[in-house]
Amino acid sequence: MTTDAAPTTTTAWQGFTPGPWCDGIDVRDFIQRNYAPYTGDAAFLAAPTARTAGVWERLSAMFPAEREKGVYDVDPHTPAGITAHGPGYIDRDAELIVGLQTDAPLKRAIMPNGGWRMVAGALKTYGYPVDENLEKVFTSYRKTHNQGVFDVYPPNVRAARSSHVITGLPDAYGRGRIIGDYRRVALYGVDQLVAAKKVDKLGLDVQPFSESVAREREEHAEQIRALGELKEMAASYGYDISGPATTAREAVQWLYFGYLAAVKEQNGAAMSLGRTSTFLDVYLERDLQTGRLTEPEAQEIVDDFVIKLRIVRFLRTPEYDQLFSGDPTWVTETIGGMGEDGRPLVTKSSFRFLQTLYNLGPAPEPNMTVFWSPRLPRGFKEFCAQVSIDTSAVQYESDEQIRPAWGDDAAIACCVSPMAVGKQMQFFGARVNLAKALLYAINGGKDEVTGTQVSPAFPAVAPGMPLDYDDVRARFDRTMDWLAETYVEALNCIHWSHDKYAYERLEMALHDKDVLRTMACGIAGLSVAADSLSAIRYATVTPVVDERGIVVDYLIDGDYPAYGNDDDRVDAIAVDLVESFMARIRGHRMYRDAVPTQSVLTITSNVVYGKATGNTPDGRRAGEPFSPGANPMNGRDTHGMLASALSVAKLPYDQAQDGISLTNTVVPSGLGRTRDEQVANLAGLLDASVGGDGYHMNVNVLVRETLEDAMEHPEKYPQLTIRVSGYAVNFVRLTREQQLDVLSRTFHGGL
Amino acid sequence: MTAGPVLLDAPSRRRAGAGLRGIETVDPAEVDRSDRLAMMRSGELGSVHSWELVTAVDGPGTRLTVFLSGCPLRCLYCHNPDTLAMKDGEPVLADDLLARVARYRGIFSATGGGITLSGGEVLMQPAFAGRILRGAKELGVHTTLDTSGFLGANATDAMLDDTDLVLLDIKSGDEDTYRRVTGRSLAPTLRFGRRLAERGVTVWVRFVLVPGLTDDPANVAAVARHAADLESVRPGTVERVEVLPFHQMARDKWAALGRDYELDGTEPPTPEGTEAVREVFRAHGLTTY
Repeated sequence: MTTDAAPTTTTAWQGFTPGPWCDGIDVRDFIQRNYAPYTGDAAFLAAPTARTAGVWERLSAMFPAEREKGVYDVDPHTPAGITAHGPGYIDRDAELIVGLQTDAPLKRAIMPNGGWRMVAGALKTYGYPVDENLEKVFTSYRKTHNQGVFDVYPPNVRAARSSHVITGLPDAYGRGRIIGDYRRVALYGVDQLVAAKKVDKLGLDVQPFSESVAREREEHAEQIRALGELKEMAASYGYDISGPATTAREAVQWLYFGYLAAVKEQNGAAMSLGRTSTFLDVYLERDLQTGRLTEPEAQEIVDDFVIKLRIVRFLRTPEYDQLFSGDPTWVTETIGGMGEDGRPLVTKSSFRFLQTLYNLGPAPEPNMTVFWSPRLPRGFKEFCAQVSIDTSAVQYESDEQIRPAWGDDAAIACCVSPMAVGKQMQFFGARVNLAKALLYAINGGKDEVTGTQVSPAFPAVAPGMPLDYDDVRARFDRTMDWLAETYVEALNCIHWSHDKYAYERLEMALHDKDVLRTMACGIAGLSVAADSLSAIRYATVTPVVDERGIVVDYLIDGDYPAYGNDDDRVDAIAVDLVESFMARIRGHRMYRDAVPTQSVLTITSNVVYGKATGNTPDGRRAGEPFSPGANPMNGRDTHGMLASALSVAKLPYDQAQDGISLTNTVVPSGLGRTRDEQVANLAGLLDASVGGDGYHMNVNVLVRETLEDAMEHPEKYPQLTIRVSGYAVNFVRLTREQQLDVLSRTFHGGL
Repeated sequence: MTAGPVLLDAPSRRRAGAGLRGIETVDPAEVDRSDRLAMMRSGELGSVHSWELVTAVDGPGTRLTVFLSGCPLRCLYCHNPDTLAMKDGEPVLADDLLARVARYRGIFSATGGGITLSGGEVLMQPAFAGRILRGAKELGVHTTLDTSGFLGANATDAMLDDTDLVLLDIKSGDEDTYRRVTGRSLAPTLRFGRRLAERGVTVWVRFVLVPGLTDDPANVAAVARHAADLESVRPGTVERVEVLPFHQMARDKWAALGRDYELDGTEPPTPEGTEAVREVFRAHGLTTY
């Protein structure tokens, strides 16, 4: 195909194989025609340069103060926006890639469009003044997302929300989990993106008015405005990004400006990066081949980029931190995977991104996510396993599940949510508490803690009699009917309002016009609910009623099969619950015709969900944390790490398309005697898990003593990184309660 | 021969046990004791304590390790004292266990693993063990036997033909110490080791290092010599030696069983002490961890 590229693109695209990507926005096509798969090992990688080390050290010196105070600094007077702050630097002369969220590193901005209360609460928490003028603006003149939601929430949603059967909803904070295709900025430059958006808008302008057409026209106008601001912001750093990037360093810089604009404006729960390393590799390889770069210089660019990604910060409240602890931003970068044509999407830059965990030391962000397939090249598999053993900072998702569902240019938003980059977004839906819903089923809709009637009333179980499985299961169906209906209502309200008052204009400007939207529901407490039903079925469980007539405890006589031991008797119950709840969600109409999905993921909210839930029929005590994500309950998976993973792998991905999270911790000696053996065994375990239909695995390779010592002496472990449900955190930044929860989890290891 | 006719004891427990989740167990109420014993003699039924999928500890790769119940030794440091009595195990049909082996074939091939029969003492139930090993080989699965070798005479040649690897636990180097540690004699173990070497079965020698019990330099030197002797029978026999530092993780199990635990106050060896013992084996040219 011939191309009439603008004069700028002839130089920028020199040496690239042309194709449809030249005529329309199609990053995947560009990658497929131009990337060079790499099947070798890690021997080529370069150590950090003195420059990289200097920048990182300067920054690292600021971390203890931030950890101590909770924030390093806040600008309480300037509502965030793409151009709200002037340029900022860590060390201007030394930085290869520039750009900060505000005018100084680690200084957090306020983002009031999500809700003023959260901003004011956070400022008070950290001892900053609440700007009176801004308060007036955002409470009197400018409506926020938070206000919008509460204007439309019906009473049943409010009741479910305050009883904690539905919690963590993004109704007071940014929903996040939208990945702009930041690669487009590098490949095309902003002007071509604006031109394409203008064409899309023309198409909308000729359609007659309807509410949806008007909304889309307005959104396009906002997108075009945001792209203009992106250019302006880059210009403030001395870069003209109207045209495409011409070098590897520019490609990284352009791409980063796109991402930076998004995190300057949106405080989303997860602000993921996408799938950039193999895209950038095309540029790095071109410069390496023409002699413009050496390997240490290529690594240096990647290191400098990753340094920037490590210091994305948002101002949040302690309540938020309880849900999502350790100050996560989920700058998730998806690495590896196989292409639809059978070539691995692994390049040298896949290695370079992982190498940053050595060059800069372990860190939770960016959230390094490897798409694993047994067909990946051996050299890459072994390097991943080695990095996991050394840093515990990598998570794995099944390329074999994601590629058939969403194509080979999909990336993870947040922890486990896959989406085709630039073509798909999700409406993040937090999760419902399935274990607590089971208690409602037993108590005829009354809350076991407060005694309040929350879900529709029906008679509670007969007192003094052992619970009957069929009766409880039927009751649970009724409760799940109500739960799904209330939950979807809440999510529809939230996303209607979020689109209206906190629209992600820059991120959506980096999407196609026609976007697939998913309504990403979620469930927590799956293992507790499954084990409870298993106990009712296989042991004898008699409810204990208090003076209010509420069932508050259970006497369990006998043993029962517990989820997490590859035992079909109970695993089938867990599968049934996932399928049943998903079927109920599908029965409801979704805002903006979104496709309903669900996740089995808790992040760290398993602790707060557990806190809000009474005694359960599996023997779990009131307030005790749930297991995270789809994990079996701590200590009940007694047949080894892989048996546990195989139970989780039975949960059907097509009924949980937003992802199924599993976190495993293994002691190094549980992987082998020698380092080579450990690497080979971990790679084998991942092959076995993905080959057995597992979706996700967080791998921690740690000894318990390290964590215990880190609790006592946090100053000795500033970079100790561990994987929790779907992401990594600095262990020393978790609350003590969460640290204890992590410690109580099963450590798989040989004796 | 120390190993006389095998004394079988019919397992009688029936619980949806913590150890055997996912494997069918025979209901003792439905099969009476004499029938159970007959089935055990034919190897159709075994007394099994538990199973686990483990990596890197009981042979190469990720393995289905099956702990059989019943052991003729009474090792002071036993870390599975709950597997000592055959009658305390759960009755499991060989076919049901083999169904689980078949289920994990994909895992074994992905990880380079297989099945490991451990215990207890596997060779207390040779007919059952033989059936499992044969079945596993028919499924193309790598097989490992974890044994003290004390009942090595119970292993038929056919069984050894179906065994790819033996983890041979040489618990001490001289008869006196061996008897003090296990209550039994060392000689059958050494005889079994020689037989393995002669038949070409690969061996990983194991030795548990217990301060004050097995760490006497003369004892260590003797174990190392035994290992080296096996290697000299047929070079390549002893693929590796594993010196396992004693740990106190079984203390709770002893307490739960209400048994006297002589090593209650024993500390694990120091890492340096363990390394020094490994060097003794390495001095014989043995690959030692």
